[in-house]
Amino acid sequence: MIVVLVETDAQGATVVSREALTFARDLAGSSGAAVHAVAIGPLPEPARTGLLAHLADQGVQLVHIPQDDRLAAYAAAAWSTAVIDVVKSTSAGALIASGTPRGNEVLAHVATRLDVAMAANVVQIATVEPLAVTRQVVGGAALEEMRLDDGVAVFSVAGHACEPRPAAEAAVTEVLEYAPTISDRDLVARVARVEAIATDDTGALTNARVVVGAGRGAGGADRFAGLLELTELLGGALGVSRVVTSLGWRPHSEQVGQTGSRIAPDLYVPCGISGAIQHWAGCQSAKTILAINTDAEAPMVTRAHYAVIGDLHEIVPAINAELRARLGR
Amino acid sequence: MTNVLVCIKRVPDVAGEVLLSEDGQSVDARHVGFTVSPHEECAVELATRVTSASGGTATVLSVGPADSAEQLRNAMAVGCSDAVLVEADTVQFGPADIAEAIADVVRTRAAAGTSYDLVLLGNDAADTGDFQVPVRLAYALDRPVLTGISTVELAGDRVVARGDGPDGTEIFELPLPAVIAVMEGGVSPRYPSIPGRMKAKRAPLETVTPDFEPKGSGRVRLTAPTPRVSTVEILGSGPSAAPAVVDLLLELGVVSK
Repeated sequence: MIVVLVETDAQGATVVSREALTFARDLAGSSGAAVHAVAIGPLPEPARTGLLAHLADQGVQLVHIPQDDRLAAYAAAAWSTAVIDVVKSTSAGALIASGTPRGNEVLAHVATRLDVAMAANVVQIATVEPLAVTRQVVGGAALEEMRLDDGVAVFSVAGHACEPRPAAEAAVTEVLEYAPTISDRDLVARVARVEAIATDDTGALTNARVVVGAGRGAGGADRFAGLLELTELLGGALGVSRVVTSLGWRPHSEQVGQTGSRIAPDLYVPCGISGAIQHWAGCQSAKTILAINTDAEAPMVTRAHYAVIGDLHEIVPAINAELRARLGR
Repeated sequence: MTNVLVCIKRVPDVAGEVLLSEDGQSVDARHVGFTVSPHEECAVELATRVTSASGGTATVLSVGPADSAEQLRNAMAVGCSDAVLVEADTVQFGPADIAEAIADVVRTRAAAGTSYDLVLLGNDAADTGDFQVPVRLAYALDRPVLTGISTVELAGDRVVARGDGPDGTEIFELPLPAVIAVMEGGVSPRYPSIPGRMKAKRAPLETVTPDFEPKGSGRVRLTAPTPRVSTVEILGSGPSAAPAVVDLLLELGVVSK
């Protein structure tokens, strides 16, 4: 049995959770195990219906949904108790989550309490018997093959390590509601309140189809007008390198990289970004990369699919003008 | 008076290509320098701010080779008052071992009269990226734990912590003692002053050795990702490339007429 911790948003299972389900199904296929899901937290409609459709599509036979008002506000320890209940009731041999902040945090609690190893950001299975995984280290600049042969294999799947493919045969996903064995201690480190902040576009950035990137080459806090115009014309989000946030040109919420957001847009347009590991760690999952850079030898250019060589402050306004002319905007 | 223990890790300062050691067990850092993760720089800054407000001391700790003294001195140059080096060959150490080594120091110091009511760490190490040492440490010390935290402030015997969540900024209030894993973004680490560096040279640094057999990390080997042969298609140079760029945008379907 493989159990997958599925995170949800307003539409159902998140994209990275569906990737984790596909990853689990592939592992199940090679080991002959079944896949169950566990979904925690409030599930208002249409999220619940969306979740069940996503799970059916992924061939999941059963989803465990804990019923407890104390799970309304996030607490990693309480979530981990709810997950451990499922691991025990199903005698699971593997527990998988997506490599998100919550996925990794809950798995860390579970692995500690079960006294087993945990592997973060796995990209593939190295060997099934005994189980060993390949995972990203050094921000994805190196890979580690790691043994994961404890009683329960606990690991998170790196974002976009695989495409969320539907199962050959959709399942009719059954729902099993249960009462988790949460204790008061599990609730000590619990979200007290949430402040929605207008300037935090992290969600928009990680979900954007197009991201326009800006690095040191932008040249100053007051030199983003052309880049922001391009972002708007493409209906995308602005993402920046660590240099840009360290210099205070843009807020940290826009940072793409190992210590910022990890993005996976259809198109990434890094402008004036050389492509250090810190940044590459956050943008390597983009489907297509179009780099704009003065240096034809910069790692970002050589790793890109397409590039334009030159000063972004000349090229970006020209692209904006061409876009407006061709699109009649 | 709240004392803070802040934990850092000496890691290779890799910006471009990563070289691996011949045995595939570690990153070959002979040709690069060493640093700590940006998360840990922020944790050190928060430790300094919390203790200057509380009147306690900020102690910096690292589990690693003797050369980690360099990173410990750097942290003392920006406000930590003393350091502990748990000297160990960390290639043999997994996250559970690192947590155990830190917990041992916290217990030993508590027995000697110095209690660390707040332990700060980076959210994840820049090299191993295990995402679990803070949580394992918290369970070893039987304390509550938060990860992904940007700012930390004391409020009496409680700590108020803020971090980015899926729906906005999440605010937590915890009783002390607690363990908190810090993410970059809430504070800007300060630069060391010359007097700060001078003081750090003479600041106390205690070296201890772990007295347990490590469980290990399960590492079989490291590999470099398959080197990618550049397949970049240069669309042109300068502003005259704009029409080709827009052709591509239309072809990719990211804009439509």
